[in-house]
Amino acid sequence: MTENSRSNPVRARAPFKISSLLLRWELLLLMMLAIVMVLNGRLSEYFWDAANLGDATPIFAEKGMIALAMALLILCREIDLSVASIMALSSLLMGFAAQSGADWFVLVLVGVGTGTLCGFLNGFLVVRFAVPSIAITLGTMSLFRGIAQAVLGDTALTAYPESFGNLGQGYALPNLPISFVTFLILALCAGVFLARTRWGRNLYAIGNNPDAARFSGIPVARYRLAMFTFSGMLAGLSAVFLTSRITTTRPNIAQGWELDVITMTVLGGVSIAGGVGNILGVVLSVLLLGMIQFGMGLINIPGIVASIIIGILMVLAIALPPLIKRFVKPGTKS
Amino acid sequence: MKKVWKTYQRELILLGLLVVLLIGVGIRSPSFISFKTFDAVWHDSALLIALALTQMLVIMSRGIDLSVAANLALSGMLVGLLAKAVPGIPVIGLLICGALSGLVLGIINASLINFLEIPPIVASLGMMSVYRGLTYVVSGGQWINANELPVGLVDFPNARLLGITGLEWVSLIALVLGWFLVHQSRFGREIRALGGNPNAAKYVGIPETQRLFVLYALSGVVAGMVGVLWVARFALANTEIASGFELQVVAACVLGGVSIAGGVGSVLGTALGAIFLTTLYNALPVVNVSPFWQTAIVGVAILVAAIVNQGASRVKGKTILRRA
Repeated sequence: MTENSRSNPVRARAPFKISSLLLRWELLLLMMLAIVMVLNGRLSEYFWDAANLGDATPIFAEKGMIALAMALLILCREIDLSVASIMALSSLLMGFAAQSGADWFVLVLVGVGTGTLCGFLNGFLVVRFAVPSIAITLGTMSLFRGIAQAVLGDTALTAYPESFGNLGQGYALPNLPISFVTFLILALCAGVFLARTRWGRNLYAIGNNPDAARFSGIPVARYRLAMFTFSGMLAGLSAVFLTSRITTTRPNIAQGWELDVITMTVLGGVSIAGGVGNILGVVLSVLLLGMIQFGMGLINIPGIVASIIIGILMVLAIALPPLIKRFVKPGTKS
Repeated sequence: MKKVWKTYQRELILLGLLVVLLIGVGIRSPSFISFKTFDAVWHDSALLIALALTQMLVIMSRGIDLSVAANLALSGMLVGLLAKAVPGIPVIGLLICGALSGLVLGIINASLINFLEIPPIVASLGMMSVYRGLTYVVSGGQWINANELPVGLVDFPNARLLGITGLEWVSLIALVLGWFLVHQSRFGREIRALGGNPNAAKYVGIPETQRLFVLYALSGVVAGMVGVLWVARFALANTEIASGFELQVVAACVLGGVSIAGGVGSVLGTALGAIFLTTLYNALPVVNVSPFWQTAIVGVAILVAAIVNQGASRVKGKTILRRA
């Protein structure tokens, strides 16, 4: 949205220095994570407990999955505000499938499939009509959530088979919930995709300068479409885990998650201006925010108060790097 | 005639849609087309109009202010607490307090955006959580009810002067001030220029930082005053008031033909967008459509408006390569 004042950081510097700068941001995140973990341990004796820690992971792992896709989207200068609404729609269709007696495997397909279709619709509208993604996804955010509201009214779907509940409540390894392991695997895939493949490089190119990317032969529209579809797919997957964990579909399921997901992404060092960011940062920020919320839950701080700290963190996350740069003279080694 | 069509294309399309909506609802339920409905829609849309007009200026400058609803809630709560603790402050005094509170919050946004160079969407999203959380903190999660608020404040929105309710007067004032600011003042023109082409605007000497600072502060002031009116109208202040209202505000702008890409927007269009949304909300129960459909219908309206506007304004550049 604002491309004027923060001009492309990549153009001016050599690749090596950017990576060292990014590394610094991730180090900062890691340090904050360590501080939060130590503080949490001080605040509550129940914190350093493998079972407790493990059980705290699904809540942020579900959001974290979407943050991975959101990172790729924001990296190429798009945004998807509709992810939480996609989750509601996915959950709705899963609820109906479960009512008609589908088993867990079919439910997963329904959930992920619905999300993928919704994401494709977003991407198609953005690419076909060249409308800013913020306007389109604002519309679909209202539309998808609205369908769930209209169909459900004030009722809820709860007829989920027991086998389905294992997905969101079960463990892949001792104390490691399936959703958290899935998040880690997805993060690894996304990280390799972004850092080690040609497609990942192309995403950075698109984010830095979409026109230049197009003129150098990158099918920009196809990448955008793919990223929106991917975002919808992971929102669908996240809906599978969430629905399975709480075994209920209400129209307000996952309401407001899009903001949490965007916060995770931005705190992870992905620039809204496009072209800057990586998956490691996003994973660290997902863990950091998850641990902050968990710690606050342990000492009974209401979620809405925690949101103050998260809001401030998000703003600081963006404000700090340029400020640090202002004090550290350009060219000096870190 | 052709010129009128060209200048007011968006507004006329929206007006046409509004008429179609009214006729459609009128066929199902003739009693809907009445002075009473007109009065109710006007009354209901007033606060949305006020917020949408300021949001329009912000979007025109290529920014966005998602914190308006949270600012509204916090300012409304602060004024509610003040009114509860110090009875006897006149309505105008409370409105000024709301404006001041909104101004402070707006200045925080403006500083983040202009001095720390945080993209508006991120800054206002972050501050939205902060303000909403602070609303909870200052109130301790408690509600302020009608009997704790001054009678004058609660009566103000519905009190009629010359047959027009307080809120309707507010919308008139907002429209006149908005029209003057956007279409007649130098400030409005400069904001439009900054949104249309930031580089060109800077080269002709428009002080970007200063103008945008004033703009976000203004957005805060309006949100703060609307907060007081909101509390007065619903005779209630709590943490949840106007939750998610920022999306309706942006929706009214998009419906009214304001381009998210910046530089495009008119007071008439945005006001019509707000009125269209409010009419829709009022019409659904009349035609026996469950109010639960409201969100979905608004979504479709935003999508259609965004796509139609984009198509109408797209400038065909010279295409060397096929669209990739």
